[in-house]
This record gives sequence, C-alpha cells and structure tokens, in this order.
Amino acid sequence: MKKSHIFIIVIIAVAVAIIVSSTNDASTYVTFTEAYKMASSGKSKSIHVVGDLKKDASGKVVGIEAGADKVSFSFVMVDEGGKEQKVYYNQPMPQDFIRSEKVVVIGGYKGEDFHAEKILLKCPSKYQEQTLNAGV
Amino acid sequence: MIHYFIGNLGHFFVITSFVAALVAFFSYFKATVTQDIDKKQGWLLNGRISFYVHALAVLGIVVTLFIIIKNHYFEYHYAYSHSDKKLPAHYLISTFWNGQEGSFLLWMFWHAVLGIVIILTNKFWEGPVMTVFSVVQAFLTSMILGVVLPGLELKIGSSPFILLRDAMPDPIFTVQPDFIPQDGAGLNPLLQNYWMVIHPPTLFLGFAATLVPFSFCIAGLWLKRYREWVRPALPWSLFAGAILGLGILMGGYWAYETLNFGGYWNWDPVENAVYVPWLILIASIHTMITYKNSETALKASIILVISVFILILYSTFLTRSGVLGDASVHSFTDLGLSGQLLLYLLFFMVVAIALAIIRWKEIPSSKTEISTYSREFWIFIGATVLCLMGFQVLVPTSFPAWNQLVESFGGTSNLALPGDQVEYFSKFQIWFAIAIGFLSAIGQFFWWKKIDRKELVNQLFGPFVLALLGAVIIINIARVYNFGYVLLLFAGLFTVISNAKILYSILKSSPALSGGAVAHIGVGLMLVGILFSSGYSKVVSLNNTGMLISRQLSEEFNRENLLLFVHEPRDMAGYQIEYIGERIEPRYKSGFIKKSDVEYTDDPYTVVAKQDITFKNKLLYKAGERFEINPENTFYEIEFRKNGKVVFVQYPRLQVNPRFGNMASPDINHKATLDLYSYISAPMTEEAKEDWSEPEELTIKRTAQFFANDYVATVESLNRIYEIGGQKIDSSFVAIKAEILVRGEKQEYVAEPILIIGTQSRGGIMPGVIPELGLKISLINVHPQTDELTLNIFTRQKDWVVIKALEKPFVNVLWIGTLVLMTGFSIAMMRRFREFKLMKTKGQE
Repeated sequence: MKKSHIFIIVIIAVAVAIIVSSTNDASTYVTFTEAYKMASSGKSKSIHVVGDLKKDASGKVVGIEAGADKVSFSFVMVDEGGKEQKVYYNQPMPQDFIRSEKVVVIGGYKGEDFHAEKILLKCPSKYQEQTLNAGV
Repeated sequence: MIHYFIGNLGHFFVITSFVAALVAFFSYFKATVTQDIDKKQGWLLNGRISFYVHALAVLGIVVTLFIIIKNHYFEYHYAYSHSDKKLPAHYLISTFWNGQEGSFLLWMFWHAVLGIVIILTNKFWEGPVMTVFSVVQAFLTSMILGVVLPGLELKIGSSPFILLRDAMPDPIFTVQPDFIPQDGAGLNPLLQNYWMVIHPPTLFLGFAATLVPFSFCIAGLWLKRYREWVRPALPWSLFAGAILGLGILMGGYWAYETLNFGGYWNWDPVENAVYVPWLILIASIHTMITYKNSETALKASIILVISVFILILYSTFLTRSGVLGDASVHSFTDLGLSGQLLLYLLFFMVVAIALAIIRWKEIPSSKTEISTYSREFWIFIGATVLCLMGFQVLVPTSFPAWNQLVESFGGTSNLALPGDQVEYFSKFQIWFAIAIGFLSAIGQFFWWKKIDRKELVNQLFGPFVLALLGAVIIINIARVYNFGYVLLLFAGLFTVISNAKILYSILKSSPALSGGAVAHIGVGLMLVGILFSSGYSKVVSLNNTGMLISRQLSEEFNRENLLLFVHEPRDMAGYQIEYIGERIEPRYKSGFIKKSDVEYTDDPYTVVAKQDITFKNKLLYKAGERFEINPENTFYEIEFRKNGKVVFVQYPRLQVNPRFGNMASPDINHKATLDLYSYISAPMTEEAKEDWSEPEELTIKRTAQFFANDYVATVESLNRIYEIGGQKIDSSFVAIKAEILVRGEKQEYVAEPILIIGTQSRGGIMPGVIPELGLKISLINVHPQTDELTLNIFTRQKDWVVIKALEKPFVNVLWIGTLVLMTGFSIAMMRRFREFKLMKTKGQE
C-alpha cells in the first residue's frame, strides 16, 4: 500500500470519528414530556426545549414571576406539544425576553421543576419591526 | 411628503446593475469561448463596459440608500427600521449594513471594486475570471431585486428601497396612505460601537476576496490551464486570508468590549460560519505554495480553493436563511430568500464540482511518492490538520441545517448544539491547535533546509530546549497544570522560537522571503495568548462577605458576584474597590456626569446643569447650561484603590433601550500582562429604587440640626422660587424650596424638596432624593410664625449594584500575535506582487 493511501485512510477515520463524536455529544430538541421521561430514567444530559411564553387572550405574556431579589425569575412556557411548564432561571431576565416570539430553554428537570441553564430567544422584531409606533 | 424619486432611482440602479451583470456575464463568456481574435476583443470590450456600468449602478444603489438614511426619509422601511434622528453621523454608516439588504450590498460593492482591479491589472485571465465574477454578481444583485413575478407570486430578492407602507401592514396606512413616522425605530444599541463601523466592511472585503482565487481556479479548469492559475490566485488568497482574519478578530474584539459573556469568542454558529472558511483558506494557501515550489498538491489546491468559496456561500446560507433560527442568538431572520440562497449555494457547488470532475483525469499530478522528510509532506499534513480542525466545527454547526434537510424528506431529526458550546468546542479544538503549533515549528525547518533526520535533530535541538525551558518556567509561575494546556503552551513557544531562528537566518540572506516565518511567529503568539486569556481567565469578584446576595439566586451567582453598596469599600483582586454612583454621559463631550448634577427636562435627551460640571478638573458645562445626553446609557463609577490611592476608575455601562432591552457592557482596564474586565451583572431595579419606608414626620426649627437616616442634616436655606426646571410657575401658586445639606460618610449631599402651595387649587410636593444615601425628604409644611418647618423623611437601601469581574492574563499577546500574523501576510503579499509584475512584463498574465 502506498503511503498516500494510508494517509487518506487515516483522514477518513478521523473525519468519521469527528462525526460520530459530534452526534454523540449533541444535545437534542425535545418536548417537556420527553424531557421529563429522560430525567426520571436517569439521563442527565442537558436538552433543548422550544416553545412560546404563555400568553392571555389579549396577547399579554402571563406567568412571569420575579424572585424576591428581583434578579432571578421564573416563567411559564408552552412547548410545541402544548404542554405548560414552569421554568426557573436563576439569572437576571435576558434582554428582549418579553418581546420574544419563541424561546429555547437549555437545561433539564430537577424533580418537578425545569431549570434552565441558558435561554435563547428568537425575536423577529430584532431586525424586522412588525408593528409601527404609530403617531410617534 | 413621500420622496418617491430617490427610491425609484435606487430601484432603477438595482435593476440596471442586475441586467448589466447578466450582459457582462454573457459577453465575457463569449469572449472566452470565441477563437477569432477580433471578435474576442469585441466581446471583451462589451464585457468590460457592462461590468463598469454594473459597478457604477452598484455605487448608485449605495449612494441612494445612504441619502435615504442620512436624510431620515422614514417613509422608507430601511431607514425606519434601522435608524432614528438621534443617531450620530458615524453610526448612520453602521445603519447601512445593519439590515440584510445593506450587507448584501456591501458584499456586492467589494466584488465590484475587486472586479475592476482584475480588469485593470490582468490581461490574459480577464475573460474567464470576469465571467465567474459577473455571474456571482448577478446572483447577489438578485437578492436585493425585490421583484414579484406576476402570476407565480414568486418573490425575487428583498429591495432596500421598499416603502414602509408596503413592508408593514399597519392599519394607519389604510386611513392615511401618506403617513410618515416622525422618527425611526432606531439602531440596536449593541451595534452603536465604533467597531461596528469598521468590522463589517473588513469582513465582507475578506468574503469578497475569496471569490478571486475561486474564479482563477474555475478559469484554469475551464481553459485547461491547470498549472497557470495558481500564480495569479495566490496573492489574492493571501490578501483574503489577511483581511478575513483581521475581520474575524475585529468581531472578537467588539464582542470582548461590548457583550458580557466574558470573552472574545463564543463559538456561536454565526462565528463558526466564518471561522471554518478561514481555516480552509489558510490550508489552501499552504497547498498552493507547495505546488508553486514542487509541482505537488495541485489537486488538493483545486479542491481547497473551491471549498473555501462554497463554504463562504454555505455560511451565508446558514446565517441568512433563518435555518439557524433556534440555535443562534444573532442570526438574521428569514426574508423569504432562503430558497434563493439555497439555489445560489447549489448552483456554484454543482458547477464547480462538475467542472472539477470532468477535468480531473487531465489534471497533472506527481507520480513519485513523497518522502517523510520532504517539506511537501509536512506542509500537507499541516493543511490536513487545518481542514480537520474546520470540519470538527462545521459538523455540529450544521446540525440545524441537517435537521431541516431530514425533515424535508419526511424524517425526524432533532440534533442540537451541546449546551455549553465554549467548553464543547474548546475541548476538541485545543488538540488541533497543539498539532498546528508543532507543525508550524517543524514544517518551517523543512521548508528552508533540505534535511535528513540527523540534520533536523541538530537544527531543532536549540529551539526545542529553549521552548521547553520557557514552558517549564511559565508553568511554574502561572501554575499551568492541565495536560492539554501544558502542551499548547509548549507548542506555541516552540513555534515562536523556531520561527524566530529561521527569521534570523532569512533576514541575513533574503528579507523579502520572511513572510512565512513572521506569520508563523504570529500564530505561535496567538496560541499562547488564547491559552492564557481563555484558559486562565479567572473570576475575581468573589463574594467573600459570607453573606448571600440573594437566596433565590444560584450558588454560583452568589459566589462569583459582588454586591457593592455606594461608598462601602470591598476588597477585590488586590484592590480596594468602591462604588461611587451612577453617571450619565454627554453626547458631544467626553466625560461622566453625576446624575444629581443635572435637572431633567421633558425631552429625555436634554438636561440642564444644576451647577458647574467638571470632569477630571476640566469644566464641561457651566451652571444653567442646557446640553444633550444619551439617556439610554448609565455608567457605574467604581474606584480601584491601592494603599488609599486611586489607581484607576472603571465605568461599566448599562444600556436600557425599550426596543432592545437591557445590555450590560464591561469596562476593561488594560495592563501589559493583564486585563481586568468588569460588568454589571445585576443593576438596582426601578422597583428597588422606589421601595421607600413609611415616612417619619419631623418638625424642626429652621436652624436646628436633625438626623435623616442617621446622617446629620441642616436646612441651609428656605426660599421662594419662581421657576421649576426652566418652567415659570403660574402666579396662583407659591413654591418654596428648602436646601438641605446632608453629611454622608464621604461627602456632603444636598436635597432640594419643593413645596407648592396653591392659592386657588391644590398644590404639590416635590421631594428631594439622595440615592447615594437612600434618603428622600419632602417638605410638607412651613410655619413662619414659629420659624419651623415640617419634613417627611423616607429611607430605603442605599444605591447598590452587583458586579462580576474577571482577570484575563496576556490578552495582549493575542492581539500582538494577530498583528504579527497580518504583517507576515503583507510581506508574503508584497513578494507575490513583485512576482506578478515580472510575469506581466513578460506578457504572460
């Protein structure tokens, strides 16, 4: 076998190893129900849940509670399967939180509560304002 | 009145540039395939003229869009959604590329400039290279075309010249079609930073420059000139490598200064999307240089040069199609262009790969086996490591695209990036970086010396021992005990020292060739800088009071953050630090001003100086002067003292913007070996500021001393006043202002409560507040007969702020390393440019 062939085989092996390890280390997008099942079966890997903030009929966000220290907070999130879940986040509220259209929480269940380590927001409004500040 | 003309003109330029690009494409294509010399010249001239027309039209679009922004024509969607009247002139420039359309425009603009440079400098390659350029430009222009195909309802491109009423279906436009908002929605405050004025143009110039080697490569394959394209492409690859690298680093520096994740690199998908093509670009430079010297690695060069451009397109697709939606904080949202972007990506991918496959058999390659002791072998290994390094980042970054792909075929895939991206990527990338470090040290020796095993050991022994010695010393001083870190430190030092040795010998013989050695020294310094600043970044704001900031916060937050009450010193990082108070900044002068030194007016941007305002012993404003401030920004003055002397003062910033929310930016104290980086992790909220106690009512003699929240206070004066905040008081009211002096621990404060007595209607009470002391005093009654007055005293917690501070050792080594790397690129570019001039005089290019 030529040296260059060995070389190519080694490269392919490394590339495959990278793909396999990436997929193994990957987190996954799941619903709250699945996340709960995973947690109770002992899998502690942090997962992603996508959903919306709970809103009342007039479109106002409801269920946000500030901690007594006014720094940490909790909120109610509705996942894509429609399940409501109270999510705790022990850091200050991220910028744009209330205005976000879609929320991704990364974290896991501790008992019955979902604790988020990180929150990602999707705000179409960040770059594309949807409504006008009319009259201003 | 709506300014229709300017928008129509802009749209006209867009259409012109699109059509001209297509004509240029056709003409250059014909010029390349036509054999007849006269006809060829005719087509070339046609192509050239059309490309010039195209370039002029692009310039026209840029100028018109800028006029719209500059003149605040808010009837246009672009101006409305990205700017407002308060924006300073230099940020109007960043407005220009804030939106997707503008950043496409920037990219096109650089392509047009580079295209003209090619036309003016290159005779032989003009036809085929400009064919590729023109078709790329046609695709890009179509992105801002903003045309809806009738009947099909198919939207092509998103125009920057669209009117607000067409972009936003707001009910006001049905009532009042000519409605123009008074002010725009504003620019994201995060982007109001000088780096955002220069970072995007640099990055896009780097993006644009990768098109040049790609075009030469395609031209070479097309004309079957498999060897000749490398020569003219190489200097452009070097140029692209330097500019793109600089652009990426500028983005990192912006993040370091503006965001508060505590670093310059976050492994966000948007960052990864430019990092990967840059690595592959560097790999391609290495294989091209190898080819130029030894006729090997031509096929590898072709593959890599094509990959770089495809990856640039792929990264554009990822960041702009909305695919990254759930995965990245700062990708653009979909403008409905994802189909078009995908088409763009696939078109060039298919054409380039197909062309390479068709020509593959004809591409010359060397038949001889490469020796392990040849320089080609080692450089090839280096290029391979760079590619794998990129591949490792590319795979997880592509998860969102992969999910979409699987779902579009009906499957389910829900892969997501690991929760802690920084930790995840670092744990892999460090090993590649170590390999790069060792290879840059050894590879350079192979490059300059034809050596065998014995000679290699001789040459490398000195640098090896020196690096080892240096590493051992640093390991002991800095306590580097992590195995990977030790290796990376050693690899970095080894690279710096070996290349310094090579540089020394080259400088004696042929300094023009020193680019490679200089660039690799830069790489070594960067590795060491990254290792220390990231690997040994240390939280110094440790809560050593034994008291929790709050029980509801995580243990980590309580441990790593410091609660500072105003004028209560704490120990941190070897300093005694003291929070002094909240400050505001004037718009047109530099300096920080106490909030209590100004009186606010109805316009949040305008304040009146209550007294002479000085900053660092310089008079900024006289008492009574009106001036403008940036009301969104609050700065928190924190003094750092050693042995009772103030060493420096930091002003971390909190930006409050109703549209974009709160954003804390750090203040950084730079020292040669260490950066001290502090930011506000929790500001005192408005609720906490208004959380006053029940009032304590106090009736005192006008001249008596009294206690307010345990501070000694006296009434200095009691006067009738005739205006408040510049407004005359109606004669049916009598206003009395008390000036109350309160002696704090550090300084005296004045509270000025006002009592307004109405002769016909009810009056009012305006309390005086001293937030630094947590004190609010209202004047509720005066008794002239007894020379007494009655006060209400309210107390709350003194002003506080929670900060987090980090020490970042040797960040400067990273920045210096970057500059050295850029210098290396420039030297190499100069050399290749001289080569080019030589070829040109020979008439070969």
